[in-house]
Amino acid sequence: MPTQFCTFYVGDLLFGIDVKMVQEVMRYQEMTRVPLSSPMIRGLINLRGQLVTAVDMRRRLGLPPLSTDRLPMNVIIRREEDAVSVLVDEIGDVIDVGAEAFERPPETLMGAARELIRSVCKLEGALLLVLDAQQITAFDAVNAA
Amino acid sequence: MSETEEVIKEFLVESCEGLDRIDADLIALEDDTAPGPRIANIFRTIHTIKGTSGFLAFPGVEAIAHAGENLLSRLRDGALLPNPEIIAALLAMADVLRGLLSNIETSGHEGNAEHEALLALLSRLANGEATASAAGDPAENLAQPAERRADFIELSAGVPEDPETVKEPLEEGRSPTLTDATIRVQVGLLDKLMNLVGELVLARNQILQFAAANDDATLLGATQRLNLLTTELQEGIMKTRMQPIGSIWNKFPRVVRELARACKKEVILEMVGKDTDLDRSIIEAIKDPLTHIVRNSIDHGIEKPAHRVEVGKRREGTLRLHAFHEGGKVNIEISDDGGGIDPVRVRAKAIERGVITAERAVRMSDRELINLIFLPGFSTAEAVSNVSGRGVGMDVVRTNIERIGGTVDLQSVPGAGATVRIKIPLTLAIIPALIVTAAGERYAIPQVSLVELVRLDGSESRGGIETIHGTSLLRLRGNLLPLVYLGELLGDGPHSGDQTEINVVVLQSDERRFGLVVDGIIDTEEIVVKPLGKELKRVTAFAGATIMGDGRVALILDVLGIAQSANVISESRDRALKTGTQIAQATEDHAEALLLFRTTDGRRMAIPLGMVARLEEISSEAIERAGTEEVVQYRGDILPLVRLSSALGGAADQDTKNGALQVIVYSQGGQRIGLVVGEILDIGEEAVRTREVRRGAAPVAIVQGRVTEFLDVGTLLASLKLNSVTMSTGEIN
Repeated sequence: MPTQFCTFYVGDLLFGIDVKMVQEVMRYQEMTRVPLSSPMIRGLINLRGQLVTAVDMRRRLGLPPLSTDRLPMNVIIRREEDAVSVLVDEIGDVIDVGAEAFERPPETLMGAARELIRSVCKLEGALLLVLDAQQITAFDAVNAA
Repeated sequence: MSETEEVIKEFLVESCEGLDRIDADLIALEDDTAPGPRIANIFRTIHTIKGTSGFLAFPGVEAIAHAGENLLSRLRDGALLPNPEIIAALLAMADVLRGLLSNIETSGHEGNAEHEALLALLSRLANGEATASAAGDPAENLAQPAERRADFIELSAGVPEDPETVKEPLEEGRSPTLTDATIRVQVGLLDKLMNLVGELVLARNQILQFAAANDDATLLGATQRLNLLTTELQEGIMKTRMQPIGSIWNKFPRVVRELARACKKEVILEMVGKDTDLDRSIIEAIKDPLTHIVRNSIDHGIEKPAHRVEVGKRREGTLRLHAFHEGGKVNIEISDDGGGIDPVRVRAKAIERGVITAERAVRMSDRELINLIFLPGFSTAEAVSNVSGRGVGMDVVRTNIERIGGTVDLQSVPGAGATVRIKIPLTLAIIPALIVTAAGERYAIPQVSLVELVRLDGSESRGGIETIHGTSLLRLRGNLLPLVYLGELLGDGPHSGDQTEINVVVLQSDERRFGLVVDGIIDTEEIVVKPLGKELKRVTAFAGATIMGDGRVALILDVLGIAQSANVISESRDRALKTGTQIAQATEDHAEALLLFRTTDGRRMAIPLGMVARLEEISSEAIERAGTEEVVQYRGDILPLVRLSSALGGAADQDTKNGALQVIVYSQGGQRIGLVVGEILDIGEEAVRTREVRRGAAPVAIVQGRVTEFLDVGTLLASLKLNSVTMSTGEIN
């Protein structure tokens, strides 16, 4: 049975998250900065009364910031108790991927991406990096180090 | 309804629910590959029923639950594996129990039916013997409903684990009496409703504003109705989360009785205001503190009967719990008519334990003294009993209450009793807060921590704030108030020194005051508190966030966290407060705000900041002589000066060239004296362990990594024979 992925771009990388984890996708929202927090956290968003922490995917991956004339998009990921927003450059399509297209991430992959990427999918003309949604917000230890 | 009836009612409701769950679990057990957790659940439920029924004297229920428990424990340990026979027997057990409970509910008795066969079957199965009956259902003959259940297993085979469907057939057998009057609702659902109502309130506020600006009568009418409905809905939802305080008081009669017996005392418990409603989360938070206070009252407060008679009191001591609403808060008073708290003993103990200095103790009122028992490491019990006396108690009580925005106060009349008064907010979900701005964002400060607002304009804003070694201090009515710049603390770069006006929010946290300098003060508002996500939990400066009227998020400041990150409160002290594990340590080390300075001949010294009235720079030309003493005119009064280095037997002062003397205006008992020192170094608060290097010499300690002498001003003045004639008696303003 093929899995559906919600895809998005950060830099020139194409990422995907299991569509079942994604609550919704939104345009840029105004947010409130949280001083003293991890630099990966851009701020707090009011999502219809729900408090959502926005994580900057570019910082998470150690990429340079998005050019100032562009605003990031929100991918809202559902969690057990609350939700978290992942700020990405651009939203892609929802795509079906068959089980045969999955491969383990290359061993040579280093850095922040290594712990975030669960598998790699060979698409036509592109590689889809499947993100581990749990790992996106698991940066406390990384940050403290 | 009497208390016993209430307990029985609760037992019935809980047990019936438990049995319903057991049914569902047992059925699911059939195809469960890993039955461990389910069996453990069933076991727990049956165990509870057994325990409670034993306590309430229902031997029939107890016996059956006991037999079932035996069988279940074998299953749980893996000695037996669940098979249809065992499951059927357990289902039969559940039915019989249900029957007994229903008898209790209608008549108050278990009824006289015998259940020998079921008991025998359960014990046989527990012993691992299979019953002889071939292919038949062994439970079939034991209880009529079991047959129905057996059918039901078949019926539900295709319906996997849906409790709703599983429950339905059970319902028909039960009379729709007691258990139908209440339903259990997930607290999470109530919280969600509460949140939604909070949002609705915000939306309504926006619409109200909009409607007020419009002249449309229809719109106005509609918004009025919306307004009323929203308010009513909000109250209704709040009520669903409310519980009477009686729900936690109910256990006190027993606690009191047992404790009184253990202490060989006679105590009558009075409870007034049991129906006082409180938010569920608050009920949870005050449960342990209340129990602790009650235990303390009986253990320390109320005297032994013989002693009471001797001093002319009734044999029995009275412990009174009184709860009532007042000014939007809930007040709980725990009072006893025991011996009260002796301030003299508290003072002696506090000094002995190093909680406060002897000098400070002298200046404290009786009321301040007895409230010292809320400090960590304090216990006046002569002997440590297993009830209390370990000194890990009252400080935890206070921390817990303050954590939910409450206050604790202790009053005592020696010989006549003591009263602990707790004030707590009605709810934690909606709190009044002051909205301020700093570093371009809005922040909410819970009103409970707010003491006052101070605004410094023009020259005041420049002259009023002094800096010692990077620490800003504000002189506020004669006291030094450490200042924390919120923008700076939140990483917005250092503050500029030349603002035309400065807004200071005076906050109190943990008995210590400090001023928070903010860019602007907006208004006070009722805010809905929302918890922060787990990745923000370690940012201690914030207690949560709220959504403002314009839809933007504003962070709520955690006053204690702010004070700690700005070092206004030393962390070592707070750790002791929180865990209570470092008490032994804390009794030796005591944290105190200290003023550090250097004498003109280079000795590094410290005195308690509480003794310092002001820091002054006095021109050497202003010094006049009165006999052999040096004095200056100071605020319309005469201030005697003490050249500290020569007074301590060191080198005589060399007046500095520019002729300015650094003077610490020291005050004690309304008298002031000026200590001439070389240089003011810093203020700091640290857990300090002093030791005497040499007999008679000033005690020393390590402060901020350096050895520092502690100046005992009292002794110094006594040795100088500086008496009250020359000492200024002016009041400190």
